[in-house]
Amino acid sequence: MQEKEIRTIKDLSREEFLTKGHGACPGCGVAVAVKNIARVLGKNTIIYVPASCLIVFTALYPSSAFKWPFLYTAFENTGAVISGIKAALERRGKQGVTVVGMAGDGGTFDIGLQALSGAAERNDDVLYVCLDNEAYMNTGIQRSGATPFGAWTTTSPVGKKIQGKREFKKDLDAIVAAHGVPYMATLSIAHPNDFVRKVQKAKITNGFRFLHVLCPCVPGWRSEASKTVAIARLAVETGMWTLYEIDHGVEKLTYKPRELVPVKEYLQLQGRFRHMGEDDIEKLQNWICEKWRNQFYEEVPVPPCKLEKVKKELILDEDPLHGP
Amino acid sequence: MAMKVISADHAVAYGAKLSRVEVVPAFPITPQTLIVELLAELINDGELDAHFMPVESEHSAMSAAIGASAAGARTFTATSSQGLALMHEMLYAVPQNRLPIVMANVNRSLGAASGIWVEYNDSMPERESGWLQVYIEDNQEALDMIIQAYRIAEDRNVMLPIMVCLDGFVLSHTVERVDLPDQNLVDSFLPKFRPLHVLDPDEPVTMNPIAPPEYAMEMRYQLDRAIEGAKSVINAVDHEYSSLTSRSYGGLIDSYHLEDAEIALLTLGTVTSTARAVVDYLRAKGKKAGLIKLRFIRPFPAEELKLFVRDLKALGVFDRSLSFNGYGPVFTEVRNALYQEGIPITNHIAGLGGRDVSFKEALEMFQVIEKNAGNEKGMVCYWHGLRGGS
Repeated sequence: MQEKEIRTIKDLSREEFLTKGHGACPGCGVAVAVKNIARVLGKNTIIYVPASCLIVFTALYPSSAFKWPFLYTAFENTGAVISGIKAALERRGKQGVTVVGMAGDGGTFDIGLQALSGAAERNDDVLYVCLDNEAYMNTGIQRSGATPFGAWTTTSPVGKKIQGKREFKKDLDAIVAAHGVPYMATLSIAHPNDFVRKVQKAKITNGFRFLHVLCPCVPGWRSEASKTVAIARLAVETGMWTLYEIDHGVEKLTYKPRELVPVKEYLQLQGRFRHMGEDDIEKLQNWICEKWRNQFYEEVPVPPCKLEKVKKELILDEDPLHGP
Repeated sequence: MAMKVISADHAVAYGAKLSRVEVVPAFPITPQTLIVELLAELINDGELDAHFMPVESEHSAMSAAIGASAAGARTFTATSSQGLALMHEMLYAVPQNRLPIVMANVNRSLGAASGIWVEYNDSMPERESGWLQVYIEDNQEALDMIIQAYRIAEDRNVMLPIMVCLDGFVLSHTVERVDLPDQNLVDSFLPKFRPLHVLDPDEPVTMNPIAPPEYAMEMRYQLDRAIEGAKSVINAVDHEYSSLTSRSYGGLIDSYHLEDAEIALLTLGTVTSTARAVVDYLRAKGKKAGLIKLRFIRPFPAEELKLFVRDLKALGVFDRSLSFNGYGPVFTEVRNALYQEGIPITNHIAGLGGRDVSFKEALEMFQVIEKNAGNEKGMVCYWHGLRGGS
């Protein structure tokens, strides 16, 4: 089936599949992400949603905000349920239906990692979307494997002895990439054209596809509803969130900030980081620069956070068996 | 008909093949492995046109089965013990969503202490999940019951999942002569699966939304009524199957020499065969002994049971699992059902952790029941085959 190419948000269909009247908080990053993904995926889609904010604000009986066939069962099984749905469609000869699972960061990074890995390893023909708001927001803001260093949550509280989360965000994308899946990408709601192009690519690719969207959360991040997109943009400009894709093994940065903005700019718009002292901010800044260097082989001196291309060298040991 | 000498595990796999299952999400666990191995072989050899999905856990096996069934495919899986326990969370989603999945559970004890041998403490706790549960006596019944299970599960008046339970190793790895019905005969008995509701973009439905207190209770009530309603379907399906194959299993419950019996033992699973031999032995000695074979524990045949025990002087109930500090679960079910019948009932715990239940132990059970019939009141719960005496 020939798909109409979507290059900008202007090419998007006006038809909505996440309808008005759902129960998301004002300024919810998840709602913005899902609405736009739905407009790209279109009518021929089946959605599975595990335990998350998304189920609560879209499918509270007797109402439903999705115009797609919808299933929910549990928290940790997105990868497995969507695999099952797709297998049945194939048996029944139903062609051209996108089976999408949309899980939160807890349902993906933590409890759902096993089922995600299983589906990726089997290369099942499904689309997995992780809506990452960096904590268990649906249960009232508890830390997850996706929560960044320093962030306040109810289970990484700002105490007299320990302030905020002491661990860094898990590199889930590297874990997914290690499965060698046909397509994976990171998305930001602040970069809509990049966003829709990646969703379109994920839609038309065969096999396991993974999209990872950073979704600012107003109550959880202690931010203003009007600042959701601005915060998402700053996440990219500071390097807290990197926009890239891996298309059949070819890795590509899809947006590169000219100069990494100091992470402090990103932190100060959110109450969850308000308590952070200079030491912790520096620690986070170093983590960003190191992440960038490890991922893209580019040196980022701290400060002033300028990107400098480093030549990737082949490192040889002196073992004659493995020598030049 | 074709005859094969096969294990009950393989009988189950052939039952699934004859039922033309379409999606098989599977994870290996002893002593269930032979089922999914044979299905994988049949599919890879092109003898069964189905999708084999080698998932990464039993939790995912049941999750994938839910997805496949909700999207309209006839779905089969198999498990045992720890695997069933890992599925526990997902089991509850199946009946509430009215998905007719059939699953073989090869009964095996749940650790600790760990063991791979038969005990019903894996499946008995799942009586509360809403799944129908049937217990199997021999390899032929295993094959026949998989085919019947799909007819029952997919009946528009039922639309519920069925767990077909069979004794680990005693059945799963023991070979017997099994008649395989012709595919044409099975096809005429079991039509193609037509789901009631299906995930389809042309006709979108929302399955399993969050149900607030205003609605959830009615959903539970409907499920409870559906399980009760399955009784007549189970009996009718058994009747129809026997007209095609000359093999009847009695539907919900069966009996042996019960017509004029004064004492009887209620069994399920393979111990039934041992108890049959004891009944023959006692009958030869002029004792009026009989046997009640419980097949389904969900739905529980309470009314039928009342008719069965009407003329008995005493009844014993066999249990291969235990509700600690209480009685066996089957005993609790039976005594609840017969509360107003005024018949003395004893509980007989045996075979735990896979310990063999021999003729001697089964005979001992009948001796206790006989004493109980003579108003010689003793304990309610007896353990048989316990080393060091009971």
